[in-house]
Amino acid sequence: MRALAQLYLQQFKTTFASMVQYRASLFIWMIGHVLEPLVYLVVWSAVAEGGGGSAGDYTTAEFAGYFIVLMLVENVSYTWIMYEYDYRIREGLLSPALLRPVHPIHADVAENISSKAITLPFMLVVAAVLAAIFHPVMSPRLWAFAAAVPALVLAFLLRFLLEWTLAQAAFWTTRVSAINQSYFVLVLFLSGQVAPLSLFPHAIQVVAYILPFRWMLGFPVELLLGRLTPTGAVVGLGVQVLWVALAYVLMRLVWRAGIRLYSAVGA
Amino acid sequence: MNYLRIFGLYFRIGAMGEMQYRFNFFVNLFQSILQLGMSIGGLAVIFSYTHSLGGWLPDEVLALVGVYTLVGGLIGLVVYPSMEQFIMSVRDGMLDFVLVKPIDAQLLNSLQSVDIWRLIDMGLGVGVLIVALARLGAQVGLSQAALFIGMLLTGSAIIYSFWTILATLSFWFVRVENILEIFRSMYEAGRWPVSLYPPWLRFILSFIVPVAFVTTVPVEALTGRLSPQTLLLGILLAVILLVVSRLFWKLGLRQYSGASA
Repeated sequence: MRALAQLYLQQFKTTFASMVQYRASLFIWMIGHVLEPLVYLVVWSAVAEGGGGSAGDYTTAEFAGYFIVLMLVENVSYTWIMYEYDYRIREGLLSPALLRPVHPIHADVAENISSKAITLPFMLVVAAVLAAIFHPVMSPRLWAFAAAVPALVLAFLLRFLLEWTLAQAAFWTTRVSAINQSYFVLVLFLSGQVAPLSLFPHAIQVVAYILPFRWMLGFPVELLLGRLTPTGAVVGLGVQVLWVALAYVLMRLVWRAGIRLYSAVGA
Repeated sequence: MNYLRIFGLYFRIGAMGEMQYRFNFFVNLFQSILQLGMSIGGLAVIFSYTHSLGGWLPDEVLALVGVYTLVGGLIGLVVYPSMEQFIMSVRDGMLDFVLVKPIDAQLLNSLQSVDIWRLIDMGLGVGVLIVALARLGAQVGLSQAALFIGMLLTGSAIIYSFWTILATLSFWFVRVENILEIFRSMYEAGRWPVSLYPPWLRFILSFIVPVAFVTTVPVEALTGRLSPQTLLLGILLAVILLVVSRLFWKLGLRQYSGASA
């Protein structure tokens, strides 16, 4: 345990240094993370304006709150591992990671967290600016904020485990971009990025509640906005734990099967 | 003409490479249909709460999705994979081999890789566009069609130049493959009519990340909404960006000092 903590500390240091080195790419990455929720904020604001100030159970100002919080939660839970893994396996870069006496996922987690530690202050500033422009309305509750802490941690874990596992597809095929794209389209639609899920037809809502995507984004957002009942929050946390456990088992199995196929191209 | 032949050659190489993996056709078909289905599903959800979006009717926005998919397919066909390879080649020094070839390096870099499956997207985009136009009952005359094609070409020139500028950044920053992914979310903004956005955002989407001229303007041309000012502005922007991206490329090339060689 102590060794692992030390490992993380060291990883933080090195990735932090490399992130600062490549700050331009980090900045560009951030633009995209702002633009996407902003677009849907504008779309739904326009819809609400046209519908007499609200659409479904959201008013114009509540849409603003939804998408600004979504942007921040997205910043907590996103990963880019699926883009990188393909390259890593193709170029044989996985080999040195395999020589280390720890599971390679730890280095990726540490890298992910340190990049977010750098971007978070900027994202908070952006959120404040957007709040000044769009005047969001939220009704946060103290207990919901407390419950949002584990919800955010679980959302991060779930998304990381799932995308890390999916990234292993690169062991089997050299053409992962179609898989990645399909995955991202599903996330976009069913996690609550396109619209709050309560605005979808009932059948799609049911599907979204069963699949993991809502639990890595929409659920913590709704919790932070104070739109869930205490029961809803507890049940949600339970579903998150279930999905994290499932994703963990899946990650173990896929990794064990995939690593056998790895032939260290180019090394 | 010579360049067209070279593009044809790369197209054939791309096709031959992919034909080994025939299963990929179905994977890509699935992806394209899923993507389009979600786009249209999103529209359906939005239009279940409203009658028009930024002054556009549902079928007009559908036409926009068609153009969005068509141009997105074009970008994915050649611009995206070529730029990806270019950025990689700056990082590992493979650009040397492009530079020594007796052909303009910028052009070769823009054509050097083809992802043939994106033709599916282009086909689907055209299909959606036709359905949308039929539903609109629009009388598309010869002049409107010509204007549409003209604006589509203008938009493509703009987006190509924008891409070139972004990719050229890799001469300075080396690690810019993020840009490629980020562009996807920027392009996402082009799925909606720009009239929807507040003025400051409309400005950004027209002149800083110029997706407005790529999707909204061609559809405006098709539905007879295009104002002469927008037409001229689009052509002007295309010319300026083409020149600027060329100059920027030359400036960047001076930075390049090889990597491993």
